[in-house]
Amino acid sequence: MWTLIKHRIFQLILVVWGVGTLTFVLMRSLPGDMAYRIAASRYGQDSVDSAAAELVRQELGLDASWWQSYAQWLTDLVQFNLGKSLVSGLPVIETVQHQLGHSVLLAFTSVLLASLIAIFVGVLSAFRQGTLDHGFLWLSTLLRSMPVFVIGLMLILIFSVAWPILPVAGFGTWQHLVLPTLALALSLAAVSNRVVRNNTLRIIRAPFYQFAAIKGLSTRQTFVQHGIRNISVPVIAFIGIQLVTVIEGIVMIESLFSWPGIGHGLAHAIFARDIPVIQGCALMMGILFVLLNTCVDLLCHWIDPRGAHA
Amino acid sequence: MIALKTNQKIGMTLLLGLLLVASCIVQWSPYHIADQDLSGRLLAPNGEHWLGTDHFGRDMLTRLASAIQLSFVLSFFCVLTSATLGVSLGVITAWKGGRMAQGMDVIVNILLALPGLVLVLLFAAIVPGSLLVLYLAITLTQWVEYFRVSRAITNTIINSPARQLSQMMGFGPWYQFRRHIWPELTHSILTLASFGGANAILTMASLGFVYVGIQPPMAELGLMSVELFPYYAQAPWILVQPLIAIATLVFGFHLLAGNKHDAAH
Repeated sequence: MWTLIKHRIFQLILVVWGVGTLTFVLMRSLPGDMAYRIAASRYGQDSVDSAAAELVRQELGLDASWWQSYAQWLTDLVQFNLGKSLVSGLPVIETVQHQLGHSVLLAFTSVLLASLIAIFVGVLSAFRQGTLDHGFLWLSTLLRSMPVFVIGLMLILIFSVAWPILPVAGFGTWQHLVLPTLALALSLAAVSNRVVRNNTLRIIRAPFYQFAAIKGLSTRQTFVQHGIRNISVPVIAFIGIQLVTVIEGIVMIESLFSWPGIGHGLAHAIFARDIPVIQGCALMMGILFVLLNTCVDLLCHWIDPRGAHA
Repeated sequence: MIALKTNQKIGMTLLLGLLLVASCIVQWSPYHIADQDLSGRLLAPNGEHWLGTDHFGRDMLTRLASAIQLSFVLSFFCVLTSATLGVSLGVITAWKGGRMAQGMDVIVNILLALPGLVLVLLFAAIVPGSLLVLYLAITLTQWVEYFRVSRAITNTIINSPARQLSQMMGFGPWYQFRRHIWPELTHSILTLASFGGANAILTMASLGFVYVGIQPPMAELGLMSVELFPYYAQAPWILVQPLIAIATLVFGFHLLAGNKHDAAH
């Protein structure tokens, strides 16, 4: 258990360092003299001369060598001093915290809905072999071929052109949550329902499971007492693997549905080349990724404490 | 060469067919991807424009073919580079072990700490709209998978009696690699490469879709989807075209990968 947490903390440090370094390179690779640009944004484009730029350079220590400013950059980062947005001028940390809440909401509801769909469909197609199983196999294969934004666009086409009952994009009421969650959940469940099905099949064909049925337990009792826990460990571990897809899906889906979360923020910041915000968003996504992974690890450990998955 | 199953053959045929048709269209189309005709915007499919025209009156068939060709070129180079790099590093690391294995562990951990798309997005932010940077970033996120799989497989083979016997009989490393390791790797590499090809296309389309990938006026499937998105009510048929193209490409690669769904992870 402690090794698990230690491993995740190590990963968190790597995330912070990786994002910090990449955005530092980004900052350095921008064309033009940094002091001139900052002076221009402070005093207006017309009143900038080399004296003003020199003042700014002195004040912010911009003439330091690259490794000094790199160290400074990382120190700021560790203290969560993320700076201010170059576009709106608001502190990045506030914007990002605000967005993170929306993203977490979307991520959790989608993973929840995806698990419900996957478990229902997977268990059903394991118990009822034949046509139903084949039908779901084809459906999952088709859905798997579509990237999450294609599924989202299809949903928009259905729910705006053909059957307008849900809002297409935006944020506010619970109805706005339905389509993004559904798009993300369908894309996740397309893969995980097959994993649920295969694991269910493996368990209900196992000797211990058949023995439980033979000794007289009803189908329901056998499944509840001998099936669920055994099936759930590999399934939850697989959801952990899928978290990468969740985070990547959030970027796409939030941009598509104008959901004011981290992914939307990241895409916009990259488009506007707003480096402090890029750093903040990428950092939050990395942290979200590590946190969700830790949750999955702990859940697996709780269900099956034998430590086989450490 | 490995024998392919029926599904894999279908996938292969589908992809080769798409590539061939797309190349022919790009070669012989009377239009260019940037030819605008503002009097003929959002046309339905007709005799002159087989798949209709987009919001600038550009021929959809030509643009679609060019975008599919671009996807193939990018995914081919990504798969080739990341497979070569990942497999050779994996085999060498498993064989030599020691310091190198520790060093590689650190690098792999750094790369796996961030979701791949976020890493690619950050690279795309450094140099926006560059195909070369896109290719480098996708390769950087993809080679890890080949590395891990080939290292794990090689590790078991290094300790097998057959390989050790070869070594004791005095065969060199290259012979041992070809005789014992390579045959075991090919199947996994094919599966990984198919998924890798699909993922490269998906990543490029995703970046195009959030406007940080390939820039207009080049035709790219994700970019086309987002450009045509505002016209979903007036002309849903042109919005559907790039979506179907992406899905068909990915479907082809998934068929080619065979039944080992879990091998992607």
